[in-house]
Amino acid sequence: MTSSAPARFNPAAVAAVSAWVGLLVLLSHWLGQQAYRWLPVQASSAAPLVDDLFSLETAIACFVFVGVVSVMAYVLLFNRAEKYDMDDAAPVEGNTLLEIIWTVIPLVLVMAIAWTTIGVNREIGAIGPMDHSHGNTNEAMAGAPTAEIQVIARQWSWEFRYPDAAVSSTELHLPAGRRVGLQLESADVIHGFYVPAFRLKQQVIPGRSIAFFITPTREGRYRLRDSEYSGTWFAANQVDVVVQSENAYQDWLTRAATQPLRPGISDASREYAQQQSRLRSSGYPTVRPAPPPMVNVPGSNTLPHAG
Amino acid sequence: MTLTSLDPGILKASHPVPGAPNNWKRFFSFNTDAKVIGIQYIVTSLFFLLVGGLLAMIMRGELITPEADLVDRTVYNALYTMHGTIMLFLFMFPVLNGLNNLLIPCMIGAPDMAFPRLNAAAFWLVPVFGVILMASFLVPGGPAASGWWSYPPVSLQNPLGHLINGEALWITAVALSGVSSIMGAVNFVTTILRMRAPGMTFFRMPIFCWTALSAQTIQLIGLPALTGGAVMLLFDLVAGTSFYRPEGGGDPVLYQHFFWFYSHPAVYVIILPVFGIFSELFPVHARKPLFGYVFVAIASLVIVGLSLVVWVHHMFPSGVPQWMRDLFMVSTMLIAVPTGIKVFAWLGTLWGGKIQLNTPMLFSLGGLFNFVFAGVTGIMLATVPVDIHVNNTYFVVGHFHYVIYGAATMGVYAAIYHWFPKFTGHMYFEGLGKLHFLLTFVGTNLNFFPMHPLGLMGMPRRVSSYDPEFAFWNVIASLGGFLLGVSIIPFLLNLVSSWVWGPKAPANPWKAIGLEWLLPSPPPAENFEDNVPTVISGPYGYGTGKPLVEHQEAYERALQEA
Ligand code: HEM
Ligand SMILES: [Cu+2]
Ligand SMILES: [Cu+2]
Repeated sequence: MTSSAPARFNPAAVAAVSAWVGLLVLLSHWLGQQAYRWLPVQASSAAPLVDDLFSLETAIACFVFVGVVSVMAYVLLFNRAEKYDMDDAAPVEGNTLLEIIWTVIPLVLVMAIAWTTIGVNREIGAIGPMDHSHGNTNEAMAGAPTAEIQVIARQWSWEFRYPDAAVSSTELHLPAGRRVGLQLESADVIHGFYVPAFRLKQQVIPGRSIAFFITPTREGRYRLRDSEYSGTWFAANQVDVVVQSENAYQDWLTRAATQPLRPGISDASREYAQQQSRLRSSGYPTVRPAPPPMVNVPGSNTLPHAG
Repeated sequence: MTLTSLDPGILKASHPVPGAPNNWKRFFSFNTDAKVIGIQYIVTSLFFLLVGGLLAMIMRGELITPEADLVDRTVYNALYTMHGTIMLFLFMFPVLNGLNNLLIPCMIGAPDMAFPRLNAAAFWLVPVFGVILMASFLVPGGPAASGWWSYPPVSLQNPLGHLINGEALWITAVALSGVSSIMGAVNFVTTILRMRAPGMTFFRMPIFCWTALSAQTIQLIGLPALTGGAVMLLFDLVAGTSFYRPEGGGDPVLYQHFFWFYSHPAVYVIILPVFGIFSELFPVHARKPLFGYVFVAIASLVIVGLSLVVWVHHMFPSGVPQWMRDLFMVSTMLIAVPTGIKVFAWLGTLWGGKIQLNTPMLFSLGGLFNFVFAGVTGIMLATVPVDIHVNNTYFVVGHFHYVIYGAATMGVYAAIYHWFPKFTGHMYFEGLGKLHFLLTFVGTNLNFFPMHPLGLMGMPRRVSSYDPEFAFWNVIASLGGFLLGVSIIPFLLNLVSSWVWGPKAPANPWKAIGLEWLLPSPPPAENFEDNVPTVISGPYGYGTGKPLVEHQEAYERALQEA
């Protein structure tokens, strides 16, 4: 106890600790900036908000983690017992002031993060996706713009219907720069509508019709993945999202309406058919894939995608 | 209870001791001795660790390439479901109950558990439901394949339509596991509340007992929800009810609430005793009292309370209203505070200590390192917008493997090495132990760190194939996984060879403070029998010179004479 007390006010120690904390702050700031590079391209209005929050959290996480590890490294370097020294160290049983400090600071910190996040939640909700994502159809649809696109998830395919244009597709086309309403429905089990480049995700629940809003901001081709485990071909239940300028989008709709119906993309059905042609199966019995939806435009899910 | 009644005969060598070569048969019988049951639990759980690990090796083999090429997709789905189920219900819970059985009675000076027959019955349910779960590999439809969550409706799909199917066996096994855990919990809670040595007030109780008490309280509160939810699922599956079937008017999201109301607290059932292990081991191997004992003890209770009100953080994208997301985000964030108190207390304990880097200490330090990493990713997951992006991706898998492998399993290893001499009477081999640590620590980080970038890039969990852009990090993860497979070899080699050939262990090889260290190694069947010591001070008096019990020297002398 007495031996450690003077050390606490040793100016050299204070300087060393301050310098180390300063370095940590710099390191954490730098890592927070790096965090953007670990994420896919930002293709929706929600993406930058999510990424800013994640970057902030990465910086804080770095500070906390490296801070704790620094203490561990310090004690491992300087507080090791000599060989054959089995004696006890100086007994310090606690310090109420320290306990209060390390209760209050984390409390303030996590509540600050939570407060910030609630703000971000509001902002994301206001410009788009999640505000109306719950409840049954009537409640969710009250006051919301009518959905432009109906999304039907199946074991294992995605079908997109554009009722106003009388178009259906297995590739999701969206216009950039405005808020688009989707109506998420499932024909069988729970699926997950997940476009990493949009940073948005929503369970698609059978028996419900969930209104979901997206504001795409960047033209390009992205992946839509099933994010809620849905059975045998869950992993193969992915298609592409094509974000286009409003004009290109309208053109696509017009041309698509003239196409005859044909089977859309369903990797599961293709794999299933291949397996059936083999003599014996190497797996367990499975639910049969639903037949590929009949659509005007199958699209593709094998072209390079940006995220 | 006084010195005069202290009979050196408590050390009668004729006592049957666990592991004595002439009575190995009792490990295969309905034995009611907590120390035998403890070893039964641990050995059984290590067997299932091997089974679950083998399944994980096959999964990592599949995932080393993007295509689904090693096994059929149906097989992959069954493998990951069984991996998770085995690791939680047949490795993690049983191994912790094994430690509870060994440690609680000895640490509080009780001769045995409060209900020894109930204790044995709780253990014997484990192999029973283990066999039921394994049998599901043999039924025509194959094992359950809808993940350890078993969300309906996908879990209710039964392609062959048989009444006896993998999913039904899975639910039966999980329900029996719940029964076993409740029986165990009743026993542990009663024992801790009613059978402490004279003088051992709550605030003189070792932290391990505090955390065990907290964890087992969670079991008592939470398990009925899971069991109820599971029974309804079984009815939907085999009796045609529609609790969760949307076409019959049921609500599949209701199941998610039942499931997570228990299964979030369940993760604290796992980590709390590991906090207890860290709190025991850091003082011993840093030769200092636990920093802020009272705060650490109380923090366990705060964690119990909070853990019951955070479950919706597993359901942020399930279609819950925004206010609910905000509320559960705040409650989840609050858990970081008592958790932080513990972490800082351990750092305070290490600070200025005399650290001895033996195997138990290495595993504790490595476990703390991994735990802090998992904690900071946990906070990220608690914030709704970030979670919406990474929910159901590999980021979550990374987070919880850092906790469950990196912190909890490593903490369990630390405990096994630390108390091995006490309960087997033999020292383990330090070299093999350190090798085990090195392989485990490197393997864990190699296997589970890459999952974080993968999740951030948008790779879903539970996939049997993936887009090629995810290949790089998956190869590294698989190599780490195989390294973890290898790491088990020195571990088992060490356990078996030390038990058979290890040097004889003294009663207190670590110069540790605690009632269990006042017993011979291994302790006699009834621990202190009639000579239960009277506790006169707190549990971590390192460097204070304060004796733990009345007539401490007499107890120590008796041990030396033996
Ligand atoms: C600072 C403390 C922690 C926080 C804030 C936290 C937060 C979270 C959150 C929000 C999730 C849900 C992520 C999602 O599914 O989208 C999660 C998942 C999980 N956490 Fe933690 N966590 C913490 C510590 C722990 C501990 C101590 C354990 C104990 C073993 C644990 C085990 C798990 C498990 C097993 C899952 C995933 C379950 C599953 O989806 O299969 N976490 N955590
Ligand atoms: Cu695992
Ligand atoms: Cu949780």
